[in-house]
Amino acid sequence: MHLRKVKEFIIERMIFLSGIMSIIIVALIFIFLLKEGLSIFWRVPISDFLFARNWYPISDPPQFGILPLILGSILVTAGAGVISIPIGIASALFIAEIAPRKTKEVLKAGIELLAAIPSVVIGFIGMVTLGPFIKDLFHLSTGLTALSGSITLAFMAMPTIVSIAEDAITAVPRQYRDAAIAMGATKWQTTWRIVAHAARPGMVAAVMLGIGRVIGETMAVMMVTGNAALIPHSILQPVRTLTATVAAEMGETVQGGEHYAALFAIGIVLFIITFLINGVADIYLHKTKK
Amino acid sequence: MNVQVEQKIAFSILFLCTLLVVVPVLIILVIIFVKGAGALNLGFLFEMPTNGMTEGGIFPAILGTLYLVLGALFFAVPLGVLSAIYLVEYSQETVLSRIVKLAIVNLAGVPSVVYGLFGLGIFVLFLGFGASILSGSLTLGIMILPVIITSSREALESVPQSFRIVSLSLGASKWQTIRHSVLPHALPGILTGTILGIGRAAGETAPILFTVAAFYLPKLPQSMFDQTMALPYHLYVISTQVPGIPETIRYGTALVLLLLVLIMNLAAIILRYQFRRRKKW
Repeated sequence: MHLRKVKEFIIERMIFLSGIMSIIIVALIFIFLLKEGLSIFWRVPISDFLFARNWYPISDPPQFGILPLILGSILVTAGAGVISIPIGIASALFIAEIAPRKTKEVLKAGIELLAAIPSVVIGFIGMVTLGPFIKDLFHLSTGLTALSGSITLAFMAMPTIVSIAEDAITAVPRQYRDAAIAMGATKWQTTWRIVAHAARPGMVAAVMLGIGRVIGETMAVMMVTGNAALIPHSILQPVRTLTATVAAEMGETVQGGEHYAALFAIGIVLFIITFLINGVADIYLHKTKK
Repeated sequence: MNVQVEQKIAFSILFLCTLLVVVPVLIILVIIFVKGAGALNLGFLFEMPTNGMTEGGIFPAILGTLYLVLGALFFAVPLGVLSAIYLVEYSQETVLSRIVKLAIVNLAGVPSVVYGLFGLGIFVLFLGFGASILSGSLTLGIMILPVIITSSREALESVPQSFRIVSLSLGASKWQTIRHSVLPHALPGILTGTILGIGRAAGETAPILFTVAAFYLPKLPQSMFDQTMALPYHLYVISTQVPGIPETIRYGTALVLLLLVLIMNLAAIILRYQFRRRKKW
């Protein structure tokens, strides 16, 4: 009897500890990024790090300005957003409101499969199909450009946008639809003006989480954007994103060196960006639930 | 404009958009299946690469991914399930549980390459595990933690409250109730989450870049402190880093990785579907 109590006490402690483990891990991630990355700011002031125009980490003296990388990320992300947001929201509306039951199940499974395809496989396919296509279409010297990155990433954002927006649309109370139909509105008018309107906070969350996914995406973007760390002037140029820079350069750095610290500092920037995006998206998601 | 015509047009546009999402998935699958199927044979799956990876099989990469996935599950499943039990069965709606949930949301949103940096900082360097299967597994385990917590939570929440009340009223303790009256019914849901975690861990490249993955190794890993090759990293290497790899080997590798991940996900989808249909309460 006594033994059982001791055992349960231990188990419940373990459960509590596992429960708060997520907080501990998030904190640890931030601490370790700071620990390895902060030292770069002794040498390069934060404002220079963020806004200087040159990323030449291995020249002598090295220059650590991540502006071209930030712009690369923004350009690719914006392009992906322009493509994926309207298409994603539209297909969420179709799946939630219009598709018959059976079709709906199939479509949802298909979108889940899209989400499951590893990013390195999507990158590979983008490289061998989309790259040459863009190259021929615009008569470029290389097809690995910001545009190819945007298109590839748009597909990677789609599952997130569609599934979360679809949840939000499905969660709109039935009475809203019934009331609108009873007032003589057509199915489309109800869907567009009533349901889509009521689901708006959830859709905002869906878009933000989709964007978050795009900013953090690494392998596919590294394989299809051409990896030129220069300030982009057009969407048809090769660019390099924050994530791709870390992934591509970490292998060549000296542990504890400036370049190494600078890459961890990029990690800090990425962590803060995604932290903010997810935090705000979470607030919108909770709005929907009320 | 006539409202009926307007509706027709609007629905057609929505339908076309949906096709735009789904059709490329099919195209990707078809391309990889058609071009990769030729490479698939027992030799490709179970032999070592030879002649600078331009010939032979991809066995070390498959084995490495298997090790990494098993390692990741070993850490993530117990931790994730216990964490879900805490959230569903023990925590009240307090500030603490709110913060825990926010932390889980954030973990799910952390870019995979940042997990790689974290794994490098804490496991490879700080704890001194070096670039090894252990470091890679731990990094992947942390990455799939949110997936496992989220689906375990849903599974636990779907068990009716009455099950708990009956058990408690018969004199069972809180833990006995969870262990014998709640967990068994949540098991299929937890399994679904685990399978999804497997798919995710098998396919990710960025977290293993600096923590375990080796470009090419002449022999198989001997212990969990060794480096290993892995399928997704291998695909990256042979499609971008090494020139002159025959197309069939590239597509074949992509196909094996894709099959592994898709089979896992299909299994999860089917399991969840069956579970929902069978549920009687």
